[in-house]
Amino acid sequence: MSLKRKDLLSLAPLSAEEIKLILETADSFKEVTGREIKKVPALRGRTVVNLFFEPSTRTRTSFELAAKRLSADVINFSPSSSSVVKGETLLDTARNIEAMQADIIVLRHSSAGAAETLARGVKSSVINAGDGWHEHPTQALLDLYTIRERGLPFEGLRVAIVGDVSHSRVARSNIYALAKLGAEVRVVGPPTMIPMGVDKLGAKVFYDLDEALRGVQVIMMLRLQLERQGRALFPTIREYARLYGLTSDRVKLAEAGAIVMHPGPINRGVEIAPEVADSLSSVILDQVANGVAVRMGILYLMSGAN
Amino acid sequence: MAILIQGGHIIDPGRFNAVGDLLVDQGKIVAVGTDIKAPAGTEKISAKGRLVVPGFVDLHVHFREPGFEYKETIQSGAASAVAGGFTTVCCMPNTHPVNDNQAITEFILERARAAGLANVLPIGAITKGSEGKELAEIGDLHRAGCVAISDDGKPVMNSLVMRRAMEYALAFDIPVVDHCEDLHLAEGGCMNEGLISTELGLPGIPAAAEDVMVARNVSLAELTGARLHLAHISTEGSVRMVREAKSRGIKVTAEACPHHFTLTEEVVRGFNTLAKMNPPLRTWKDVQAIKEGLRDGTIDVIATDHAPHATQEKQQGFTEAPFGIVGLETALSLTLALVEEGILSLESAIEKLSTGPAKAFGLKKGTLTVGADADVAIVDPQAQWEVDPGKFRSKSRNTPFAGWKVKGLVQTTIVGGRVVFEAPVSV
Repeated sequence: MSLKRKDLLSLAPLSAEEIKLILETADSFKEVTGREIKKVPALRGRTVVNLFFEPSTRTRTSFELAAKRLSADVINFSPSSSSVVKGETLLDTARNIEAMQADIIVLRHSSAGAAETLARGVKSSVINAGDGWHEHPTQALLDLYTIRERGLPFEGLRVAIVGDVSHSRVARSNIYALAKLGAEVRVVGPPTMIPMGVDKLGAKVFYDLDEALRGVQVIMMLRLQLERQGRALFPTIREYARLYGLTSDRVKLAEAGAIVMHPGPINRGVEIAPEVADSLSSVILDQVANGVAVRMGILYLMSGAN
Repeated sequence: MAILIQGGHIIDPGRFNAVGDLLVDQGKIVAVGTDIKAPAGTEKISAKGRLVVPGFVDLHVHFREPGFEYKETIQSGAASAVAGGFTTVCCMPNTHPVNDNQAITEFILERARAAGLANVLPIGAITKGSEGKELAEIGDLHRAGCVAISDDGKPVMNSLVMRRAMEYALAFDIPVVDHCEDLHLAEGGCMNEGLISTELGLPGIPAAAEDVMVARNVSLAELTGARLHLAHISTEGSVRMVREAKSRGIKVTAEACPHHFTLTEEVVRGFNTLAKMNPPLRTWKDVQAIKEGLRDGTIDVIATDHAPHATQEKQQGFTEAPFGIVGLETALSLTLALVEEGILSLESAIEKLSTGPAKAFGLKKGTLTVGADADVAIVDPQAQWEVDPGKFRSKSRNTPFAGWKVKGLVQTTIVGGRVVFEAPVSV
């Protein structure tokens, strides 16, 4: 079975079945990543280009590793700001890459919609590795995989997504996917960081973290972008940490055995207390490990390989 | 040479609305009525089944010259205007350099004369370089031929500067035109803020960014007694405030653009850069309010905000692509759709495109009275056509209406008694 899509741009249009297919495909690759020889020939002779217009270590490395473990040829291409100054458009850059017979382009861009714009213009498959505040589908898929690995069923699952939801592509992708799978999604943060109409996307809005955490099985923390201080979104990091930081006392408000997630990189002592990040309930490093397996599954499905 | 337009449905809003003949000679309207006898050698145009209306007046176009001639020139812009039935257009000063001095104004007028198509009337900048700090030489601009002042896309944020501009403009009795947008509230947004911007993860421009500036400007117009003209209002709040201001006798006029009464923010889905304009496309409720404002007279004018951009500019990502669409060649059809819908009578639709704008800016245009300049459009109101941007006279193709099947086509455009446009027979 394969995904009947040329591109993976967002989770909003995916069906629950398609999401489940991706997670199931990742299972077999998870097994591969546990072997001593962590490599299969599934994508031999294929070319994957990591086109990253925004700095990223984690996601790029994860895609690179995933592609290499599938035996694909991998090119990392990070256009410097100077090529933007030279005036080459995103589409021209991508067409150049396509001319080199890239099968799959993995795109990270600071603008919402960049992946969709690119996908319309090239024949290669495009995987969105994060576009502005819009979506980060592979991150949400690895989050789902991690939840599922813990044996938590999605139907009726209570999940709190905490922090700057307005500016978070991770939050959007997770809201779409979790809602589709039947979970109860709560978004929590100061009202300045909750986007207009998010309730209509299937999330319940909370401004009080303690209240939002009661009875949840998954706590998903978002990274606070510290540079946003001074833009009237929150007064000080100190106050933000006090109102929306996850402490071990607060974890106790959730259901026993609840897991704590974070897409990284974490700000210790800001959105998450160090002892929580390092606690048994934290699955932050599992997320990173699963990221490779899930991206292997996605690359495999997108390549249409059998 | 004299031209006799025979047997058309003549609509001169507020003055004449009947089948008849129209005679023009020496660049002026000579007679309106029935069975007009024309001197020998008069050119005759049969207008049976057609509308004969004052050439349209567009208070809001961007002709990009000087500075951005790859998008549009005064020549191509004027050609686009007359193809859409517009005989007079007012061009915004956001050229490069900005039209903030007499020399640029004279250059624009010279280019317009050379083009010899539409009447192109420049709008001067309010502040030097449209930087919102020091007043431009408004007296000089007026003397050189500017008919209004505006910093258009760069609204004057400093309320004191705006107050002074309004006071100063009183001396020349010219309107102050404002693009109402609080730039702090807009904060780099690129579409309407709401459910769809949340879904797409695009930075939003709230309706309040427009509303607070409309409120400020209305207050300043009340304080100063200046003539305030609000460009392209797009929100329910703006319509409400203009209605209230007018009821209190404040000298305010307002315009709406065809895209703001035809489309909603839904069109942005799929990151469609042809749906990116400023003010952004709003919600269904706002569209209804704009229509109601047009119906009850709160909104005096339909203007296009004709904003040409090169194809490669609109092919960028949604956040990078520039704001704006071309509008001169689709405005008439989209306006006539309001007549079909029962929002406007045919006469009031024509009024919003001619008499209304002329009155708002105090121009001796937009009428077919005897003695007026012979600026006339002959329109086939029933002709159906499909919008094909490839056929636009404008240099640019950026329209969200490509492929739309619309009604109402300009057959002939006459400026100063001279035929400057005739529809190709094939259409």
